[in-house]
Amino acid sequence: MTVQIHDGDRWQSVCALADLQPGRGVAVLLPGAAGQVALFRGRGGELYAVDNLDPFSGAPVLARGLLGSRGDRPTLISPMYKQVYDLTDGRCLDEPTAPDGSAAVLRRWPVRVVPGGTAA
Amino acid sequence: MTEDGRDVRDLVLVGHGMVGQRFLEAWSAQPAARGWRVTVLAEEPRPAYDRVHLGALFTGSTPEDLGLCPPGFLAEHGIDLRLGDPVTAIDRAAHLVRTRSGAEVRYDVLVLATGSVPFVPPVPGTDAPGCHVYRTVEDVDAIRAGAAVARTGVVVGGGLLGLEAAGALRAGGLATHVVEFAPRLMAVQVDDGGGAALRRRIEELGVTVHTGVGAGGVLTGPDGRVRGLALSDGRELPADLVVFSAGVRARDGLARDCGLPVGPRGGIVVDAHCRTEDPAVLAVGECAQAVDGRVYGLVAPGYQMAETAARTIADRAGAGFTGADTSTELKLLGVDVASFGDPHGSAEGALDVLYSDSRSGVYRKLVIGADGALLGGVLVGDTEGYGALRPLAAAGGPLTVAPEQLVLPAGFAAAGPVALPDTAVLCSCHNVTQGAVRAAVREQGADSVAAVKKCTRAGTGCGSCLKQLGTVVTEELAAAGVATVQGLCEHFAHSRAELYEIVRVTGVSGFSALLAGYGTGGEGCEICKPTVASILASLGNGHILDGEQGALQDSNDHFLANLQRNGSYSVVPRVPGGEITPEGLIAIGEVARDHGLYTKITGGQRIDLFGATVDQLPLIWRRLVDAGFESGHAYGKSLRTVKSCVGETWCRFGVQDSTTLAIELELRYRGLRSPHKLKAAVSGCARECAEARSKDFGIIATSAGWNLYVGGNGGMTPRHADLLAADLDRDTLIRTVDRYLMFYIRTADRLERTSVWLERLEGGLDHLRAVVLDDSLGIAAELDELMDRHIGSYRDEWAETLADPDRMRRFASFVNAPGTPDPAVTFVPERGQIRPARPGEAGRPLNAPVLIAGARPEVLTP
Repeated sequence: MTVQIHDGDRWQSVCALADLQPGRGVAVLLPGAAGQVALFRGRGGELYAVDNLDPFSGAPVLARGLLGSRGDRPTLISPMYKQVYDLTDGRCLDEPTAPDGSAAVLRRWPVRVVPGGTAA
Repeated sequence: MTEDGRDVRDLVLVGHGMVGQRFLEAWSAQPAARGWRVTVLAEEPRPAYDRVHLGALFTGSTPEDLGLCPPGFLAEHGIDLRLGDPVTAIDRAAHLVRTRSGAEVRYDVLVLATGSVPFVPPVPGTDAPGCHVYRTVEDVDAIRAGAAVARTGVVVGGGLLGLEAAGALRAGGLATHVVEFAPRLMAVQVDDGGGAALRRRIEELGVTVHTGVGAGGVLTGPDGRVRGLALSDGRELPADLVVFSAGVRARDGLARDCGLPVGPRGGIVVDAHCRTEDPAVLAVGECAQAVDGRVYGLVAPGYQMAETAARTIADRAGAGFTGADTSTELKLLGVDVASFGDPHGSAEGALDVLYSDSRSGVYRKLVIGADGALLGGVLVGDTEGYGALRPLAAAGGPLTVAPEQLVLPAGFAAAGPVALPDTAVLCSCHNVTQGAVRAAVREQGADSVAAVKKCTRAGTGCGSCLKQLGTVVTEELAAAGVATVQGLCEHFAHSRAELYEIVRVTGVSGFSALLAGYGTGGEGCEICKPTVASILASLGNGHILDGEQGALQDSNDHFLANLQRNGSYSVVPRVPGGEITPEGLIAIGEVARDHGLYTKITGGQRIDLFGATVDQLPLIWRRLVDAGFESGHAYGKSLRTVKSCVGETWCRFGVQDSTTLAIELELRYRGLRSPHKLKAAVSGCARECAEARSKDFGIIATSAGWNLYVGGNGGMTPRHADLLAADLDRDTLIRTVDRYLMFYIRTADRLERTSVWLERLEGGLDHLRAVVLDDSLGIAAELDELMDRHIGSYRDEWAETLADPDRMRRFASFVNAPGTPDPAVTFVPERGQIRPARPGEAGRPLNAPVLIAGARPEVLTP
């Protein structure tokens, strides 16, 4: 089983599903200017892919954050300053804007699992 | 403006004791204070300190610990404090005071807060060397010096202060006698039954009590020094040291000399607004006779007078001071004693409800009025309920609970909570009512005891009301609908301590099982996941990265390194006690050089290596482990370091081998997961070079063993550690630290340092001492067993991680491109090393393969 992320242009195979530990994330380097994606597998098997760059610290660390939940919403908690993001829409639930004034919203990347090895 | 055209008016305060300082605080808070200049003329050589707790100087506290004048307070309010220069005369006609140094200071308003002097009975010989009083830091110094060479001490006076002095002599190892003229101890506060219970308890401690007899005279030897005390009944008590502590007399000499009226038994006569006959002169505290004709020798009424005087000068006279509650609760020689309201039942028709158990030395009496209201009481040996009973008696309402239930000691009582009226004064030191506490919670958003302390000052005096304060705050929050769930987060309604117990008792070994069985569902969060991970680790459930636990850890624990601001990590190998060989230093240096890491010496006496990427971590640790290093747990909520000085091995002043002990302790507690980080230190002598009193546990060598201090903290809210036990031998010391740590781990909240935990712990230091030294909860064996299990199961996390391919998988920069350095994490050179590039700065990624070729940081120069 292979995990694929759509980089805006086409589906990229990034790793085997077995590479993902439930409840944690990994960083993915997309080709070209697409940059870095934080890819997670929830404890229930669901997959999430969002930007790896933390808008508050400017460091590429979100893949190392914890998964959680607030009410019904699945969340991601930044390991740097602990802001919480809603994984269903990428928005920061704690502070609406980043220090540089931009909206604190993580881009969400389409992610899917396809049969077969990663070589595809 | 003053009458003679000056812009600024002069307020002169005579005396800087507890009440004087309180006056300065109350005055500075008045808006009117801005137009005044304040000068304080004080006799003692140090600023105001907590005289009530003078006895703490015998158990390791320093005079600085007792200080009441916050740093910066005087400067902030422009107060000119002149120490060691007492006023010698007041010239009321000229509005001048003269000081011992000859200075003349003009005043528009003069406040006298000269306090009192110890009463020494007018018998022969009281000025002989070996005679002391007990009032100032200098008195205590003199008593300690005397006690060091004395074998027997006599305290004249069996009241509050006398028993405190007796406790101090006992602590100094002297055979101690107390001589009290009244027929019982603490005659003012307790009745005959209470006095008898108190006497039994105190005699059990080896203090000999003589009541109904006075001092006839001090006996001196041929050298003129004290050799004993003659009693009024003709007996003689041999003694090397005599402390007079038979009450105090108002210090009203300055007022007498300038013609101000004083009371028949001393005390400057003041009205309800603390004014003397001269409207420009006020008097507060023990030097004054209040409008009810009494001279109060307690600090709480003094504080109320200080507040009143400040309002009077600011022209905001309110109700004034017409008398005060003289309730007291204290621990004398380890015996709890409380007295409140009318303890003697002197009111018409008053009845006693009594519980007395001579076997256990408990005596409890409540005085009930004819109308059923609680009037007062005496509690000896067990003061449970004092916090609620005192305000209830002061408020005077009818009891909502049968008094028979209230009088039973803790454990028997099945009484429901006692309902207090809002007018009841909870904190008598600062005169804060229950209504004011409720209002602070309801209207000012104070949502904890700490917040209430800050905005009302309740509980910041003697602290005896803290427990009651906690109850009221919780009640009020609950009434306001604020969830006071002690719960950790939305996923668990349990506190950390409760979850710890659940895991310990049920043996639940995973987060999912705990969440399913005891939580509210969902995924968990950044609060409960690491907390549960820490609890599982504290209870010795295997490697922190194994199985499900691996997914619970915060980033630092997940990578066994410390996340830095640009996303890189730092690495800290353990250097126990700060002792390191030249080879060790070279090995660390080589690793840092080869990986291009920034190095810095830490405050915990070890070396931090910065700038590592996740891919580099295993490579760095492979070399460190091969060189004999292990994880320093700088990333964990666990023991960090045990800092030490070199101790007697090298130091000319050291009295014990602090380094060896520090290394032993660090190796014993390494890897121990706890609610927050733990720091420790061992100093080899009282010079305290290791700064042990700023640590969670600090050990200071004495010539007889080791003193153990607990609950210290640096950081944002520094706190000096408290002395838990003195002169311990090595084995007792280690067993005590074992239990202290395990008790903390078991009962503390998440991210609660030992300092905060100790402040919050019901019963405070005494309770902790009872638990760890006397096993008062009967859990010592369990605590010891848990610590043994920790020590037995310790493995180096990094060595184990390196040996396990499964754990190693996480150390990849990118899942689809492992080994590729993160292009977003860049560095620039600075002072011959690297530092993270700032936003907009052109830095370069740390390229591990290039640097391993022996490159120096210079190659990074763009």
